[in-house]
Amino acid sequence: MNIVSQEHQKSGQQPTEQVTYAAPYVDIEPAESGYVLRAEMPGVNRNGIQITVEDGNLVLVGQQQPLSVSGEALHRETRQLSYRRVYELDPSIDADRISARIDQGILTVNLQKAENLKPRRITLE
Amino acid sequence: MNIIRYQNQGSSDLAKAFDRFAVLRGELDRLFDSSFAPVFRTPDSFSRWVPALDVYQDKDQFTVVAELPGLKKEDIELSLHDGVLTISGERKQEKKGEEGYRSERFFGRFQRSVTLPTGVDGNKVKATYQDGILKVVLPKAEEAKPKQIEVSVG
Repeated sequence: MNIVSQEHQKSGQQPTEQVTYAAPYVDIEPAESGYVLRAEMPGVNRNGIQITVEDGNLVLVGQQQPLSVSGEALHRETRQLSYRRVYELDPSIDADRISARIDQGILTVNLQKAENLKPRRITLE
Repeated sequence: MNIIRYQNQGSSDLAKAFDRFAVLRGELDRLFDSSFAPVFRTPDSFSRWVPALDVYQDKDQFTVVAELPGLKKEDIELSLHDGVLTISGERKQEKKGEEGYRSERFFGRFQRSVTLPTGVDGNKVKATYQDGILKVVLPKAEEAKPKQIEVSVG
């Protein structure tokens, strides 16, 4: 599982604060008019989700709610990090029609192809 | 504390050997936190879902936390037997359609067990499932709680 700490080399500026992310596990499937992407982000609710499109990239960020448990950890496997994953966006996807929801830690993103890119029949004059 | 990674459901030696690979791989993925893990990860016969699990303790209770994204409440089974908490269940695929472009997620059955170090009161165990996180609170049995003993010198 994944640590991606990037963003800094691109702009060339000094990192002010290094944030460590985990890469969520993702499935991508073809859907009716585009794709559907599902990312596993346990511990994230709708307030922690941030989806942006920049420079043709789809950036998915999920911030975990702090775990409320009392006492000391006897055994720990969860990483309790924020999640981040970046995908190059297919140019045929309509960035204005991306929709998303999160349910029990699964972020579902619907990516639809732009209307004018769908195959269409041209009638002769 | 004893953390049992899995309980084998298959009976053949081969199935057991494959299970061991799967568990080892789950551990290695977590240990290395490798940037490449999702890239090389494809659910195959050597991998199976080993949900991450934490155990916390304070003076009154244990809390077991497991990352189980994408389940339905009714698909999670919990049992407490002889001080061993077992979390099991099944994750069903949202939609079984065409082959996906990318598949990193696991589906199917999972099971994890935790042996709790001291007695718990089985009647007071409470579980919640929110944002894909299962939290089980197990209050310690009265006799297992730390006690202050007055020593009278006389």
